[in-house]
Amino acid sequence: MDQIILQILNGLDKGSAYALIALGLTLIFGTLGVVNFAHGALFMMGAFVAVTVSKLLTLSHKVVDETRTDFLGNPLEVDVPYVYDWFGQAAGDVLIDWAVPIALIVVVPIMILIGFAMERGLIKHFYKRPHADQILVTFGLAIVLQEIIKYFYGANPIPTPAPSAFVGSFDFGVAFGFDPNAIIYPYWRLVYFFFSIAIIGAVFAFLQFTTFGMVVRAGMADRETVGLLGIDIDKRFTIMFGIAAAVAGMAGVMYAPINSPNYDMGMHFLVLSFVVVVVGGMGSLPGAVAAGFMLGILESFASMSAVIDFLPGINQIVIYLVAIIILLTRPRGLMGRKGVMEE
Amino acid sequence: MGMLEVKGINKRFGGLQALGDVNLSVAENTTHAIIGPNGAGKSTLLNVLVGKLIPDSGSVMFNGQSVLGRKPHEINQMGISRVFQTPEIFSDLSVFENVMIPCFAKRDGSFRMHAIESIISEKGIQQQAEEILADVNMLEKRHMIASSLSRGDKRRLEMAMCLVQDPKLLLLDEPTAGMARADTENTINLLKEIRAQRGITMAIIEHDMNVVFSLAERITVLAQGTPLVEDTPDNIKGHPKVREAYLGEAQV
Amino acid sequence: MLGLNKKDARLLLIVVAITMLAPFILNPFPAGSDLAQFNAGYPDLMQRFVIFGILAIGFNILFGLTGYLSFGHAAFLGVGSYAAVWMFKLLSMNIIPAIMLSVIIAGVFSLVIGYVSLRRSGIYFSILTLAFAQMSYSLAYSVLTPLTGGETGLQPKATDARILDGALEPGEAATPSLFNIAMRDSFELSLGNWEFVFNFGYYVAAVVMIFAFYMSIRIFRSPFGMMLRAIKSNQTRMSYTGLNARPYTLAAFVISGMYAGLAGGLLVAMDPQAGAERMFWTASGEIVIMTILGGAGTLIGPVLGAGFIKYFENIVSKINETVLHQWFYWLPDGLEDFVIAMIYPFVGKGWHLPLGLLFMLVVIFLPGGLVQGGQKIAGLFSRKTADEPQPKATEPAE
Repeated sequence: MDQIILQILNGLDKGSAYALIALGLTLIFGTLGVVNFAHGALFMMGAFVAVTVSKLLTLSHKVVDETRTDFLGNPLEVDVPYVYDWFGQAAGDVLIDWAVPIALIVVVPIMILIGFAMERGLIKHFYKRPHADQILVTFGLAIVLQEIIKYFYGANPIPTPAPSAFVGSFDFGVAFGFDPNAIIYPYWRLVYFFFSIAIIGAVFAFLQFTTFGMVVRAGMADRETVGLLGIDIDKRFTIMFGIAAAVAGMAGVMYAPINSPNYDMGMHFLVLSFVVVVVGGMGSLPGAVAAGFMLGILESFASMSAVIDFLPGINQIVIYLVAIIILLTRPRGLMGRKGVMEE
Repeated sequence: MGMLEVKGINKRFGGLQALGDVNLSVAENTTHAIIGPNGAGKSTLLNVLVGKLIPDSGSVMFNGQSVLGRKPHEINQMGISRVFQTPEIFSDLSVFENVMIPCFAKRDGSFRMHAIESIISEKGIQQQAEEILADVNMLEKRHMIASSLSRGDKRRLEMAMCLVQDPKLLLLDEPTAGMARADTENTINLLKEIRAQRGITMAIIEHDMNVVFSLAERITVLAQGTPLVEDTPDNIKGHPKVREAYLGEAQV
Repeated sequence: MLGLNKKDARLLLIVVAITMLAPFILNPFPAGSDLAQFNAGYPDLMQRFVIFGILAIGFNILFGLTGYLSFGHAAFLGVGSYAAVWMFKLLSMNIIPAIMLSVIIAGVFSLVIGYVSLRRSGIYFSILTLAFAQMSYSLAYSVLTPLTGGETGLQPKATDARILDGALEPGEAATPSLFNIAMRDSFELSLGNWEFVFNFGYYVAAVVMIFAFYMSIRIFRSPFGMMLRAIKSNQTRMSYTGLNARPYTLAAFVISGMYAGLAGGLLVAMDPQAGAERMFWTASGEIVIMTILGGAGTLIGPVLGAGFIKYFENIVSKINETVLHQWFYWLPDGLEDFVIAMIYPFVGKGWHLPLGLLFMLVVIFLPGGLVQGGQKIAGLFSRKTADEPQPKATEPAE
């Protein structure tokens, strides 16, 4: 029992990441009809916003500390972050500690701008071109974005810690009456999970309850008719692209403490997220979210030693295997609509 | 006993009865038109005939063989060709290639791995293709890419692609839909010529009465998924039931 | 000639001439000169040019003709590589059985994957092939370690059976060969300051590539090739013309899988080792990029694209800051630093950046790849000359 709970919990944080990226991908598919291979790169750039904010906050200048000496007897030079000068040491420490949540605020306008630029500058011209061309051009864009990040930040992963308040683990075992230490779960992953739920909820609420969302949903169902009603759907789609980019960026920021950001992390997630989207059903938002969590949990179950002993290697391939089976038996995925992306 | 025998076809989409107990017999060597107001089930019937839809019940026999459950390419190989409402051609290929492909399909069947032979050495196929292009007056356009043809030429090309296979039955789905008057006249003349010279049996689904009455030898009137009457054009013209069906539509 | 029309025969002859003279063409700069690092005429790189050329030619038969975008083609390259190493281990270091097995195994593998993947088209097909390739990669890395060597990869060992060759002498390395001529044998020629290397392995691979290229011309010009283009153009008309698209696409998929297997076998023949990273999806992405960059659907494009990318990967990636300073030492100091700062992100380790940009530009503006670009430029010049008054412009048509 405790094993099962542990695996479900383990699957949730990966599943959250899949679900968030798949959600953004689906928003773009569904509204713009574009297959965006650069979406993983947006996730990666979000993570690097966290890295940048954390670096900026620890930006320091040298100050000679007369009270201390180094091993040669000279007065010691210490690095003092600028934030100490501005806000005092205590507040400065808090700011540095909370770099990742702060990045969350910064990332939204940045990613929305990047999203707008991408849609207006590139994606717009590919609405009427074949999906193969869309895949190819966004694939090229992903490479370019990746290389730019690599140029500025290097090829090595950059550790970006979560606030110290969230370091450590929560002992579910104690909380639910199992043995202590049977189910321990890092706090930050819990935060990540609840954060994802909040974002997913916000996107759904936005689409469900605002006029803007209503128009976009109508556009997803039948773009031409909405266009005939005299509604400027293109403008709304641009905004949708910005929102999708912001969702990917926020997911990236929050993921930075879990896995140190690396320039090619986006591609890794992208491949899996595409599989998630296909399993969930192209163009179906609930499908993308459900499939994201489902595959995340499935993957973590497949990594249980009992399962691996029985089916060696299954943890490596389970997601792909599920995708192949679903695609062959239910071509439209779990919740896909008829006719989306079929030609 | 007709060449194409449709018996007791029913097809429902959810709560909508698209086709109800349709019986139809297309006799060999005639032009048979199927007419009816919008939503009468003409397109559904056509899709059943070409294997795209499977009816809930009933049978469709072509020369004594059932066509139900067969794939479109198998039905074509039985000798049924189809002309679409908007011409379906290989737009990226040249006009000449467009007509060579059906020649290969006719000669070699639905698949043959002729990957090493050169097209240039296929003299017989080339001659066939040239002849049909000459028949539809498109020989001088043979090297053009099909997508650059005018709409009327696209229709002629599609017709040529069907005719070069020498089909036993030619199905036409509103062949003049959306055409200008001159193009419509041309198409009617082309079809008359084909009928006169080749003696191909034709089944035409059509909305335009002018087209129907200048081509058809038999007419079936479809309304609300069921055949109302089947008769010669002259008898259909004054038939009260037909008027009712069309006037009913006009009042909506 | 050889069943080709004049134009195709001329193209084939040009390819033959270029591949045969490649050791000269690729080494235009004297050894030891500043520009010597742009010389690509060393065996390892020349072998890669032609082997990846084969890979791209094969991929082009699938993507260029049918439009089915496979994102998992590296799997067949990897499978072919493993098969070849196993042939070295079990039978003989002669490359012929090894390459034959590579092609056969890759063919069987692509038949299975193609049979399943081709039940879907468009983006679903791309995702299915990607999923299969990633599965193969993961399995090769983990469970199949006894077959693939896992993380360390697979290579011939002294303890291998080698039924035909017998055991190795102590200290003797296992070298792939063709009837006792080692692949790594080279003949070096010095002419003045210039040095040219003629490598046996390169010529073996080049002959295979020429044959592969010839076969691809035949396929392009065959009724089968025309059917494949028809599938790309209009599948509805295809089926209403009485043609079954599935076996045609499957045949194209298997042929291109076998080309990939052939390339994998040749890679092993030049350097007897195989690893799972050869199957990773980025490797599949590279195949896509080289084919499209050169010109998908054109005959020569994929070969050019493969050469272009391998040149970038091996030559441009070696340009570092020191080299740049050597080139621009003649500029005034401040300007020198500025120029270098502008160029540096695009060369050396950042070579993917210009490649990615170029790839995007090609997808946006030149669907026919660099070949189409070349034709456009050529067209521009010929129009210019055509515009000029030509008193004797009565050359007989071909």
